[in-house]
Amino acid sequence: MSEQQKPGLSRRGFLKGVGGGVVGVTVLPSLRTATARYGTSVGPGAARITLTVNGEKKMIEVDPRTTLLDALRDQLGLTGSKRVCNKGQCGACTVILNGRSVLACSMLAIDADGATVETIEGLAKGDELHPVQRAFIKDDALQCGFCTPGFIMSSVLLLRQNPSPTLDEIKYAVSGNLCRCGTYPHVFKAVDEAAKAMKKGG
Amino acid sequence: MAPWKKLDEMSLVHKEVTRIDGALKVTGAAQYTYDIQRPGMLYGRILRSVHPHARVLSVDTSKAEALSGVRAVLGAIKDEVNFVGDDVAAVAAVSEEIAQEALRLIEVQYEVLPFTVRESEAKKEGAPQVFSGRPNNIGNHDERSEGEVEKGFAEADVIIEHTYHLNVQLHTPLEPHGCVCEWRGEDLYMWDSTQGVHSTRGGVARALEMPENQVHVITHHMGGGFGSKLSPKSYNIICARLAKKAGAPVKLMLDREEEMLAVGNRPSSWQKIKMGAKKDGTLTAFQMESFGTAGIGGGAGVPQPYIYNFPNWKVSHDDVHINAGAAAPMRAPGHPQANFAMESAMDELADKLGIDPLEFRLKNDANSTRQQEYKIGAEKFGWGNRKQSGSGTGLKVTGLGVGSGRWGGGGNNRTEAIVNIYPDGAVDVKIGTQDIGVGTWTIVAAVLAEELELELVDVKPMIGESDFPWAPASGGSTTAPSVTPTVKLAAEAAKKKLLEVVAEEYGVKPEEIRYGKKKFTIPGQGEIGWKTACAALNGKAISEKVQWAEGLSSSGTAGCQFAEVEVDTETGRVQVKRMVAVQDCGLVVNLLTARSQVNGGMIGEIGYSLFENRLLDHDTGIMPNADLENYKIPGALEMPDFDVTFYDEHERGVIGLGEPPAIPGVGAIANAVANAIGARIYELPITPDKVLMALAGRKEG
Ligand code: FES
Ligand code: FES
Repeated sequence: MSEQQKPGLSRRGFLKGVGGGVVGVTVLPSLRTATARYGTSVGPGAARITLTVNGEKKMIEVDPRTTLLDALRDQLGLTGSKRVCNKGQCGACTVILNGRSVLACSMLAIDADGATVETIEGLAKGDELHPVQRAFIKDDALQCGFCTPGFIMSSVLLLRQNPSPTLDEIKYAVSGNLCRCGTYPHVFKAVDEAAKAMKKGG
Repeated sequence: MAPWKKLDEMSLVHKEVTRIDGALKVTGAAQYTYDIQRPGMLYGRILRSVHPHARVLSVDTSKAEALSGVRAVLGAIKDEVNFVGDDVAAVAAVSEEIAQEALRLIEVQYEVLPFTVRESEAKKEGAPQVFSGRPNNIGNHDERSEGEVEKGFAEADVIIEHTYHLNVQLHTPLEPHGCVCEWRGEDLYMWDSTQGVHSTRGGVARALEMPENQVHVITHHMGGGFGSKLSPKSYNIICARLAKKAGAPVKLMLDREEEMLAVGNRPSSWQKIKMGAKKDGTLTAFQMESFGTAGIGGGAGVPQPYIYNFPNWKVSHDDVHINAGAAAPMRAPGHPQANFAMESAMDELADKLGIDPLEFRLKNDANSTRQQEYKIGAEKFGWGNRKQSGSGTGLKVTGLGVGSGRWGGGGNNRTEAIVNIYPDGAVDVKIGTQDIGVGTWTIVAAVLAEELELELVDVKPMIGESDFPWAPASGGSTTAPSVTPTVKLAAEAAKKKLLEVVAEEYGVKPEEIRYGKKKFTIPGQGEIGWKTACAALNGKAISEKVQWAEGLSSSGTAGCQFAEVEVDTETGRVQVKRMVAVQDCGLVVNLLTARSQVNGGMIGEIGYSLFENRLLDHDTGIMPNADLENYKIPGALEMPDFDVTFYDEHERGVIGLGEPPAIPGVGAIANAVANAIGARIYELPITPDKVLMALAGRKEG
């Protein structure tokens, strides 16, 4: 089952389905290799890293213990990605890194050096919301909204990889995202409607 | 006071209105407490007890204080710790990593004391004492009765007797408890993830022994509470003290494990029930002895006999203390517990009597609303397809079940709001309520705009600050019935004032002016628009403060839910396939967000019925499943199809909807499982191991 053939059921998607907790940990080694940090030593002092976040190049100094999530939230002021479990179990911190879904709480910032990161803050074009964001509002796919950025990021990535997902594929794609308020049925509806709107070029 | 307009005359109330804070939330711009950043802000962490019960002999913080980056340390918060996760000491440092490191440097000497974490053992003679002076760890004791229960059982043709057991459920809001504290001179500003800005202000002021008008609590957006965040907790006080000591703002957010250990849970419940009925299906008697644990807190009682009519009944209850965190109200406290036991027992009696479970309920439920709801629900759900319990064959068997609920959900008569109309035409409302995720921002704006016949964008709701007029904490389904009548009345008063000013300006009587849709029609002088009219205020805004009044809201809801489950007889796994809810909540203020709330209630019921269980290790008192992987809440793959119907009783006015839909489905799911497998499981959650045991028992029996 290659990712090319079945983007909706990628390895990550599969792992997400099995249980959120496995994801961050399991995917990490491959990302480490990919970002070429492997083998170089950093710390104990602060390390300088470069990230392209929502299209802008950012240089920051991070404690080697700092996660990508905390770097985004505390150093870059991008607090849209949420910290809920801080150990890869809930999906609230989901960002898109080099085109793949990543749990930002489970990746060290230094391991993201050189990466391109997309967060919830980068989805809208000025005042114009992304179709997924619009659909989430229209269908009330949020209550307290604390899980919402994570759900939206997972959904956006799904639609990039699979523009016409079935209901099961939608469920699968957000199965690593937890919501306590119980928005799931409205999320499924919103993603389905967003897919249709995007195909129409909306 | 004018009543609510007719349904077809309203444009924003009783409509599907999308959230006004939706754009903030879908772009990540909404600032929750967790997202607050203040200049020079430090990070606070609490050192927590690793022992379920111990005396704190000494706390040496010198090494922590010496660590570079540490700005404040609080040692020896308590003399005795009563559960794993109890507060011991706290630090504030320039980064979270340093704060965490500092905690490790604090040296605590404990005298370990005997403990107990099983309520069934804790209430026995000679069990370790959680608190001294409470023999057998019994806290609250309660006894109630009506009629003559012995006579009732003598009249019964059929009697069942069983013990029903529910484990501890955790609120698990995605935003944990936490706050940011900043002192400005003598005044304390506290951004807090709370369900009550006013209750928190009062509690914090009392605990810090400072005047209430020096405490300012702010909660603009919060990530869920479900009852656990109704009043301040020790972290609020610790954070305020750290900030004072450090002379800098401090953010103290609990991590997931702390959230699960220390700040609330739904109590367990053991209900030994005896119930009797006549051959014709008339209930005759109900008897229950129950106990449950709220940890070191109280409130494990259950409102039995629930829903159905028993001429004779007698109940007694004991709260049993164990060395675990105190319970907090959780979405319909006590009701789902009562529902599970009662609905299970009802189905068992119905089976014994050979009566259809729905017929049995129709016969014994006196509530006229629910009588209608059962019929609507049964029709939508296809109740007629229900087969005899255990009659399914094959690997996967399906079953159907029904359950009921009730709740109060009335308004608080002390609620106040201020509506301002400014000379430039701007309009706002200030009310010290808060939006815990249910859409309060939106209904406040909608009611204001509806009353003034403006558009949503024309009004500015201002909520979530304790400096605004008093409103109750958002608990017990009281927010909508407290807030919407008050906002409507304040708007009505402000509109009346505006008409008076305009009348004077144009030399007519107020009652001669016709107002509608931003247009004032003045006899002989034609029409003027909203802005022109407001200009007559001549520099001084109208500001009307009004208190809640009777007549626009009520209390008392009824609901029922139906569930279909599929059980895999080989793995024991239960999947809920469909749920149908029929719910009354009077005048539904926002049909869109109300549906979300009902869905959310049902999803919570699925978690409670099938997955959620706080475990405590018998030998160490620790919670081995204190994370989101091992304490399982429902996820996308467990979602059934939902069908929500609001039973229309709009003439009763607004009634709260938070708790009602979080009750009926628990019993409905349990009954559906029993219907599917032909055996009953007496303990929630219904996990695969219990299903397999029940199936094995059925084959043997
Ligand atoms: S998965 Fe990252 S915060 Fe939960
Ligand atoms: S909307 Fe509150 S947790 Fe999902």
